[in-house]
Amino acid sequence: MGDGHAVRAEGLVKRYGGKHALDGFDLAVREGTVHGLLGPNGAGKTTAVRILSTLIRPDGGRAEVAGLDVTRQAREVRARIGLTGQYAAVDEVLTGRQNLEMFGRLFHLGGRRARSRAVELLARFDLTDAGDRGVGKYSGGMRRRLDLAASMILAPSVLFLDEPTTGLDPRSRGEVWDSVRALVASGTTVLLTTQYLEEADKLASRITVLDQGRAIADDTPDGLKNLVGGDRIEVVAAERAGIPRAVEAVARVCDGAPEVDEEALRVHAPVTDRVRALTEVARALQDGGVAVEDIGLRRPSLDDVFLRLTGHGTEATGTGPAASPSEEKEAVPA
Amino acid sequence: MSTLDLATPPREHGRLYWLLADCANIVRRGLTHYQRQPVNIAWQLGFPILSVLLYGYVFGSAMTVPGGGDYKDFLMPGMFTMTMAFGFINTATLVVHDSTKGVIDRFRSMPMTSSAVVAGRGVTDLVVACAELTILMLTALAMGWRPDGGWGFLAAFGLLLWLRFALIWLGVWLGLLVPNPEAAGGLFAVAFPLTMISSIFVAPQLMPDWLGWVAAWNPISSTAAAARDLFGTPVGGGDSWVEQHALLMSCTWPLALTLLFLPLAVRRFQRLSK
Repeated sequence: MGDGHAVRAEGLVKRYGGKHALDGFDLAVREGTVHGLLGPNGAGKTTAVRILSTLIRPDGGRAEVAGLDVTRQAREVRARIGLTGQYAAVDEVLTGRQNLEMFGRLFHLGGRRARSRAVELLARFDLTDAGDRGVGKYSGGMRRRLDLAASMILAPSVLFLDEPTTGLDPRSRGEVWDSVRALVASGTTVLLTTQYLEEADKLASRITVLDQGRAIADDTPDGLKNLVGGDRIEVVAAERAGIPRAVEAVARVCDGAPEVDEEALRVHAPVTDRVRALTEVARALQDGGVAVEDIGLRRPSLDDVFLRLTGHGTEATGTGPAASPSEEKEAVPA
Repeated sequence: MSTLDLATPPREHGRLYWLLADCANIVRRGLTHYQRQPVNIAWQLGFPILSVLLYGYVFGSAMTVPGGGDYKDFLMPGMFTMTMAFGFINTATLVVHDSTKGVIDRFRSMPMTSSAVVAGRGVTDLVVACAELTILMLTALAMGWRPDGGWGFLAAFGLLLWLRFALIWLGVWLGLLVPNPEAAGGLFAVAFPLTMISSIFVAPQLMPDWLGWVAAWNPISSTAAAARDLFGTPVGGGDSWVEQHALLMSCTWPLALTLLFLPLAVRRFQRLSK
């Protein structure tokens, strides 16, 4: 693909009944990167991945994967992609090795190459010892790694990871992340959908935020965070009486007016010179004899970004009190 | 990262070759399941074998066959037919499992021939049906069932498989239709009365008129009656047209079922990409 994009979608539309699952969705993923697709439940993430991986046909718009049209050249696309779904789509009755050999043969490697490829992939995903056990006895993390291995049989140029760590414990999640990083290092482009902002932040070099079937932001994780503002200083007073003094101290170092959360006894405000702000506020509070529960600097999380862009949190189903989409779109750099 | 040349998967064969090769690999997977969980065959045969024992030994002495004859000669072919008929539940359960777990999606995202997923399921189920019939027939022989050998026997075997073949498509269709494996389990409750109102256990003449008529026209009654004839033990046949033409109807019914459910199953499968 001449322009360096492994995935490109323009104006994708998909309707179910009267409802738009995708409503003019655009996406461009650069080759050799991890690109995050982030959005609340029902935002259209899974629909987008299912179209790009040729499982369903769009009602409108067009998409290319590895330079090939996903509807007209579906078969060619399939030889160049890997898909790891929300479910570990491996056979639970077969052993890990039998799974990989079966998928290898179905990728038309032939019996001998399928067998040796299975051996390689089991070793690479640290499953050699478990290779001859039934997958039904695997842990969640092992199953997900086998699922990844099955997606890697043809060394695909594009790998779709649809919520790869949903339901995994933190340790298994870390294992999957390590595997993904290794794949990207070997040249694979990854499109990652997730509800875990932390996951997108850790893995993705660029993130598209999806809401109600449209891309409402597309930037680097840091770029998105800058949209919400940079670092903030945060002071939690020990008692209500300390709040006015805390506001006073914070106001002296921050840009703009401090915000006060009376309920949580919290005073916070954006700052530019982080270290100076922290030391000055701390000294002012100490000199003034204000009892403080907590004081610190906070970088905005992608949760903040999400709340700001969509008007609802990550757990919302898309029916929350959404901010005006047109207004939000203008906040997004082109 | 790889010692293999994966850049150019072999594509020098035609579409038919890959359809057959992919189908063979799906069959291999299906049979490996039974190899790894042989107890599944026992579960599937548990009900028919228990029925054979119950009806053969417990109720057998109280059972009469209209026109005379050994009840075993009546019962055994009926039991083979019932096992073939229940097979669609098995097909549906396996299909719904694959579709809800995402295995069918993975197959569809691969460069294999996607129709091989369904074709392979069908061939696997027919191979398993052969094994089931063999086990049931050996059980029947041990209990004193004595059919004629030869071509008639093979023809009866073929007719039983023909019924199973037709019901594969019903099973695939239902498997893609029902939402979860639990719902597929509920199919048994529907299938059970449908197989009882037939000539499997009791001759339709012995039932009330209207029920006997329904039982005689039940597709599986025709297969059971035709199998009894072909096994050389034509007992319990009735006088109605459909019972007199059991062989014809045992060929026609499955054909009609196939013509109905094969297109439905194919359409349902194609709708997965909608």
